[in-house]
Amino acid sequence: MKFAIQVNEGPYQHQSSDSAYFFTKAALEKGHEVFRVFFYHDGVNNASRLTTPPQDDRNVVARWAELAEEHDLDMVVCVAAAQRRGMVDEGEMQRNGKDATNIHPRFRISGLGQLVEAAIQSDRLVVFGD
Amino acid sequence: MSETIKKFLYLNRKAPYGTIYAWESLEVVLIGAAFDQDVSLAFMDDGVYQLTKGQDTTGVGMKNFSPTYAALGDYEVKKIFVEKESLDERGLTLDDLQHLVWEDEDDDWAEKDSIRLVSREEMTAIMDDADVVFSF
Repeated sequence: MKFAIQVNEGPYQHQSSDSAYFFTKAALEKGHEVFRVFFYHDGVNNASRLTTPPQDDRNVVARWAELAEEHDLDMVVCVAAAQRRGMVDEGEMQRNGKDATNIHPRFRISGLGQLVEAAIQSDRLVVFGD
Repeated sequence: MSETIKKFLYLNRKAPYGTIYAWESLEVVLIGAAFDQDVSLAFMDDGVYQLTKGQDTTGVGMKNFSPTYAALGDYEVKKIFVEKESLDERGLTLDDLQHLVWEDEDDDWAEKDSIRLVSREEMTAIMDDADVVFSF
């Protein structure tokens, strides 16, 4: 089956990101396809490469990045939600005159159309959030 | 864009201003309109407050985005389902909600009501019938 995954909540504050990660990992390991993981609302914060959790805790961002690396996963951060919350890549930095970037290189920033397209192209859209 | 036409249901369950879900849900609806899918919106639980008329956000210092709902007809959103039990539980009636319409080009651009009041039981059938449920 082909899945699209939507993550609506930020890391550590809420279990949604963890659940989405475990679901995505399990689906891939079972041989399913994950068309895209789309990060929306506070979910965009899952893409910060500056995250520094305590050593005895899981690293949510690194974990997503490793999964993406292993399975060539497309992980997209909503641009409108990202701009509101200060999630910045090179392009956004230049466009908006910011002095830094903070996005992990395994994630990319793009539009909401990517979520809609993923929903159309996949057999199931699975939403993780409140 | 895509040849596939799916039944999209945007499910709105939260109050308009305590969290950003309602506003960012509406942003998906507006962007999604470009994809020419079969779109429905559903409002239940505290989500019914999103459609109330006369919203004034001065006190909370947030943008009042409620006028945007009136533009949904221009985005070809013609089916807006509101759950009756959710209204009842909150002491609301259809009269408390904005009057949302769409223009029917096959009927000399007559204005037609977008909002349909449905029971909780009917709402489950609407969800069951959808290909994709965007839950906010």
